Amino acid sequence: MSATGGMKRQQRVNSALVNGILIVICILWLVPALGVFVTSFRQSKDIFGSGWWTVLPHKQYVEKGEIKLPDTVDVTGSFEVEGVTTTFEELRNGVTLSDGRQLTWFGNRRTRLIKVAEQQWVGFGANLTLDNYKNVLTGKEIKFKDASGQEILRKGNNLGTAFLNSVAVAVPATIIPILIAAFCAYGFAWLNFPGRKFFFTIVVAMLVVPLQIALVPILQDYTKLNLNGTFLAIWLAHTGFGLPLAIYILFNYISTLPRDILESAFIDGASAFTIFTQLILPLSVPALASFAIFQFLWVWNDYLVALVFLGDQNRVVTSALAAIVGEKGADWHLLTSGAFISMMLPLAVFFALQRFFVRGLTAGSVKG
Amino acid sequence: MAGIKFDSVRRVFGKTVASNDVSLEIKDGEFMVLLGPSGCGKTTLLRCLAGLERVDGGRIYIGDRDVTDLAPRDRKLAMVFQSYAVFPHLTVFDNIAFGLKMQGRPKDEIKRRVQEGAELLQLQDYLARYPAQLSGGQRQRVAVARGIVMQAQVLLMDEPLSNLDALLRLQMRAELKRLHAEIKATTIYVTHDQVEALSLGDRIAVMKSGRIVQCDVPMNIYDDPASVFVGGFIGTPPMNFLKGVVSAEGAPQVVVGESRIAPTPAQTPALAARRGQPILLGIRPENLAFASSAQRNTLRGHVVVVEPLGSHKLLTMQVSGETIKVSVPPDQSVASGNDVWLHFDADKIRWMDAGSGDTIH
Repeated sequence: MSATGGMKRQQRVNSALVNGILIVICILWLVPALGVFVTSFRQSKDIFGSGWWTVLPHKQYVEKGEIKLPDTVDVTGSFEVEGVTTTFEELRNGVTLSDGRQLTWFGNRRTRLIKVAEQQWVGFGANLTLDNYKNVLTGKEIKFKDASGQEILRKGNNLGTAFLNSVAVAVPATIIPILIAAFCAYGFAWLNFPGRKFFFTIVVAMLVVPLQIALVPILQDYTKLNLNGTFLAIWLAHTGFGLPLAIYILFNYISTLPRDILESAFIDGASAFTIFTQLILPLSVPALASFAIFQFLWVWNDYLVALVFLGDQNRVVTSALAAIVGEKGADWHLLTSGAFISMMLPLAVFFALQRFFVRGLTAGSVKG
Repeated sequence: MAGIKFDSVRRVFGKTVASNDVSLEIKDGEFMVLLGPSGCGKTTLLRCLAGLERVDGGRIYIGDRDVTDLAPRDRKLAMVFQSYAVFPHLTVFDNIAFGLKMQGRPKDEIKRRVQEGAELLQLQDYLARYPAQLSGGQRQRVAVARGIVMQAQVLLMDEPLSNLDALLRLQMRAELKRLHAEIKATTIYVTHDQVEALSLGDRIAVMKSGRIVQCDVPMNIYDDPASVFVGGFIGTPPMNFLKGVVSAEGAPQVVVGESRIAPTPAQTPALAARRGQPILLGIRPENLAFASSAQRNTLRGHVVVVEPLGSHKLLTMQVSGETIKVSVPPDQSVASGNDVWLHFDADKIRWMDAGSGDTIH
């Protein structure tokens, strides 16, 4: 009895520990994200005036009035004001009265001005706006007030077009390598041909080659082929850089499919190609989906390859974001809203495909 | 006609000879069981026939065709795998129809034949389900149905029942036998379960280390094993073996412990040729019975364990220093520690060479 009780307590402690750590990690990741999210809806002036958390309802001192000290009061020593004896130095730091009001000296000694503030709930009517998103998406002239309240007129960042460019880059750059890699992995896993192990080793060895060393040679070749700045160029580049990992991941999955299933299809008269399309592909959906997520996120977040092969002709989201930082370093309201726009599609892709991570399609094929 | 002929088929994996010049002829419509312990090469032989394994030597014929170098699908056979090998992403209907679709049959024919196959295996109500929604026995039926709708003349089964629980296995065994009587396809059935082999096979080929050691009808395999290996492999419990020596003088008799056992007239000449040599006496547990006193062909035994099994009592006994199993009627009164006389008929004894283990005829 006591032994099982002890074990149960141990389990509870363990799960509490795990959950606690998970909660801490979630908070560590979510709070800054929330900050960016809130900031993206605030006006430039507010962003520089106060932190994002001030949009939440909270108590703070709000100015209620002021007291002008008469000239008769000697402000060099201690004096009495609103029923308390205090000095100029204390008032500079703020003096709290027994009724909760706060007195603060305004300016230098000669002003003889004391501001009176009271604690109040604020933040219910947060001054939020969608203008940042409108501004960052459009390519037309935009107007906004900067930190000092000055009206500024400039061209928008055209993130809408950049978003479409990113889609035009990421979707083919995900599908093409998966198609090639699936064929390849099937061949390596199930077909017999001379040099199979040798070629597979070479493919896996490619995983250790950093893509940066290939940038310049490829760029030179693209220049000769007149491909620079085209979408085809970046599709090919991402396909090449993504294939080793794709083949490796898909090979690992496809080679674990039950041999009996393929052999039985083979006996029933299926060709190698039919087996691939009718059995391998549908059964590999979990692996295909998980690699698709990896590749899509990688391409979507890629800045280097896009910058090198697309340049500024067809700016993708990452390039456009970098431009916001570079050209207009102070425009936090545009940067944060741009960052959120760039996050939306990857999040959608992840939530759409995540169920494939958990679902094992081979369940029930072979008695386990 | 779809008889099958293996002509000294050889298959080598590295240093292991999985199939050592196996020759075997199977008649059209015959149910042939390949029986042997794991690693004896029975599955390899089946896979060579299916074309999943190439052969290193010899030829294989189905009917008059030499299929040795043909691709699996050109051999026109169907195979049921031990692991069922049903396609998890297809419904039962599509699973059964897979092979027919691959042959490019018209839709209505596929539908008709799948229905027929499903009826034969009582799967009509499950056609729309996925394999994950079926029990192990139902999945096994799907696998068999897939094999038989092809109406192939040759049906191969690789330990199809070994993943089922005992009761289901019993049930499916009878069903497979009924099925074979209905479809009459030449069937090769691989198993390591000797009960399955005895119950299903028209003939049984017992294999060991890549060779067929005996191929005969089940009762002959049981009654007249070709060697100590076959006798010891078949039967629950298997055949008992006692060491003896052929008497050097007089009429040939075998001395086992303190007993002298006289062979039947038919066995006498073979024994006479081995005077003074050691020999093995093989006897099945059910062919031993209690006797009240010492007489011709009796052995003195000491009962060690008594296991009442309902239909009979299984005794573990010591006879001349060796342990044997004896099966007696359930009403036989016996207790452990008893010393008893065991009697047997001389014609139930099988004599084996003490060196090679081969049966002496």
